[in-house]
Amino acid sequence: MATSMSNESDPLARHDREPASGEGNEQIIAAINRRYGAGFVTDIETDTLPPGLNEDVVRWISARKGEPGWMTEWRLKAYRHWLTMIPPEWAKLRIGPIDFQAISYFAAPKEGPKSLAEVDPKLLETYEKLGVPLHERARLAGVAVDAVFDSVSVGTTFRKELAEAGVIFCSMSEAVKEHPELVRAYLGSVVPSSDNYFAALNSAVFSDGSFVFIPKGVRCPMELSTYFRINAINTGQFERTLIVAEEGASVSYLEGCTAPMRDENQLHAAVVELVALDDADIKYSTVQNWYPGDENGLGGIYNFVTKRGDCRGARSKISWTQVETGSAITWKYPSCVLRGDDSVGEFHSVALTHHHQQADTGTKMIHIGRNTKSKIIAKGISAGRGQNSYRGLVKVEKGASGARNYTQCDSLLIGKKCGAHTFPYIEVKNPSAIVEHEATTSKISDDQLFYCRSRGIAEEDAVSLIVDGFCRQVFRELPMEFAVEAKKLLEVSLEGAVG
Amino acid sequence: MLKIENLHVRIAGKDILRGLSLEVKAGEVHAIMGPNGAGKSTLGNVLAGREGYEVIEGSIHYEGRDLLELEPEERAAAGVFLAFQYPVEIPGVNNTYFLRAALNAQRRRRGESELDSMQFLKRVREKLAVLHLKDELLHRAVNEGFSGGEKKRNEIFQMALLEPKLAILDETDSGLDIDALKMVADGVNAMRDPARAFIVITHYQRLLEYIVPDYVHVLADGRIVESGDKSLALKLEEHGYSWIAERKLAGAA
Repeated sequence: MATSMSNESDPLARHDREPASGEGNEQIIAAINRRYGAGFVTDIETDTLPPGLNEDVVRWISARKGEPGWMTEWRLKAYRHWLTMIPPEWAKLRIGPIDFQAISYFAAPKEGPKSLAEVDPKLLETYEKLGVPLHERARLAGVAVDAVFDSVSVGTTFRKELAEAGVIFCSMSEAVKEHPELVRAYLGSVVPSSDNYFAALNSAVFSDGSFVFIPKGVRCPMELSTYFRINAINTGQFERTLIVAEEGASVSYLEGCTAPMRDENQLHAAVVELVALDDADIKYSTVQNWYPGDENGLGGIYNFVTKRGDCRGARSKISWTQVETGSAITWKYPSCVLRGDDSVGEFHSVALTHHHQQADTGTKMIHIGRNTKSKIIAKGISAGRGQNSYRGLVKVEKGASGARNYTQCDSLLIGKKCGAHTFPYIEVKNPSAIVEHEATTSKISDDQLFYCRSRGIAEEDAVSLIVDGFCRQVFRELPMEFAVEAKKLLEVSLEGAVG
Repeated sequence: MLKIENLHVRIAGKDILRGLSLEVKAGEVHAIMGPNGAGKSTLGNVLAGREGYEVIEGSIHYEGRDLLELEPEERAAAGVFLAFQYPVEIPGVNNTYFLRAALNAQRRRRGESELDSMQFLKRVREKLAVLHLKDELLHRAVNEGFSGGEKKRNEIFQMALLEPKLAILDETDSGLDIDALKMVADGVNAMRDPARAFIVITHYQRLLEYIVPDYVHVLADGRIVESGDKSLALKLEEHGYSWIAERKLAGAA
């Protein structure tokens, strides 16, 4: 039980290793060869890069975004470090080889269909089931926004209200240009560019993402969401988000979109960093529903994400809530570094895998300050041939006297071909710490189904009812509208799971 | 309302019911008594449509329809209700939410309009008052952490709310103290109606002091071996089930 997670097996630990040698080196050699090969020519007018990655690509991305020199250097440093790393293999996931030279690292926002009539009817049907309002459906499906409603005015209204409160909420690209001092102070301070393979890759080529800054003593007047920030829709595969809450500030941030985006990108490697100073409070909610691949496991997103919050100040609090239903492979561990005394970290998660989906997800709670508290509630649901792993680390450092952790980890199995796995790692270096771990595995029983049906509830509805009950503890952490959509999303994702 | 003819049921290769016949008319209360293992619960489960019960012979007609053709949820919508001997826990699902989902699912299937939360809550309050139940039950998850008595009371509450035409009570009295037993009986008696029928499955005569049946049937070896009025239950109490077996032997001789 009390095994320690070694650096070798840790996605979020620093991988300061020597350049790989031997067979694993082929990719790097290929990359280097390419760099010195035919040369690199890109017509800057086309706005889309051909597949491949080298220093020129990194420079090109930085230049294309009009970034200052320090940012370009930061990216290059990350890229050079990435070259020395190899993809981690410790997760309980079957991942086909990824050809990093076959990926295009910059694509201009895609031009969407001109009207709803051009949108895939199956996609519209899903939006309808999710109860997405009609005008939103069009926008989510990628229909050119001006054809639907004036998004600019909506955005501007929000901006104005936020600016009055002193809150900065903009894209990362804008932040680099308009608030360079803040970005330089905090970017990479929670997830260093050398942190892990995918974080390094993200640091080198990140396309865009959100930047949020809540100044001292300010409670953000509204829930912030990429949903409202229309220009965040086509940020592409490598998002980079940074949220800073100064002393006594608080913010609730909702990430992603509850409706499915038919994004066929294969690799989605994002980095999210949160910084909470004294008495600050950050709540970060995610509903992830990227394309999961088809029933036979073809296609779908590889969602390899590094998310970490730093409770830097005393009495600060960071709370992660995630509902993960999409992606072919989900590989992420939203974590909290409880540095400040009396700081609090929370992680609430529902991860669902159906058909051939795989998830290896969980959290890390690193107790450094005194009287730090953490709570982990993880719910895994497996259906079809889905494989679902919870992997979590609770680490109490020497100085963390009075540290307290409670972990509850429940798995629900639907059908006979799926799997649930739990990998808890507990590492305690202070004798006054109290660490609790509870785990259950259950199946939706025939008795439960018959009980519901004998009361008039059809089998599929009975399954969603039981699943909803299973997820209750996590759903109630979500903002109301999100909770409703998350529930519907589970229903849609579980269609055909029984019978 | 219900006509069971020569019913033979097999579970996992074992014959449990062997030629059971029973007719129940609207407004009647039938008690089914019998020793352990006679097939009493099997009868309840077959009527409600539980899987794993193989009907190898005979028929069940309910309001003129072939009941065996219907899915459990269709039977529920048609007015069949089974109060479970062992009510099932559904963690995290609020009891009120569950009942509203059930009631509205039944109403949709019958082509009736759904009740909104206000209408539903009004109905809940009425039923709680009739059953002298505390509304604390409503705020908890379905049967989760309920005591044995609470689970049985919750079954009766569900029955009151869903207003079935044919209610089957499967050993609802088992494990109840006398106060809980009276409460359950009051609930049933309040629902007695010329349009509604009850099948009360029980091992003991005690419950029938409070729910007075029109007919008492003795189920043994998979069929009904003796039928009579409420006095039959008293005789059984006095002589035990072996009395039936002896009478049968005497009859055969």
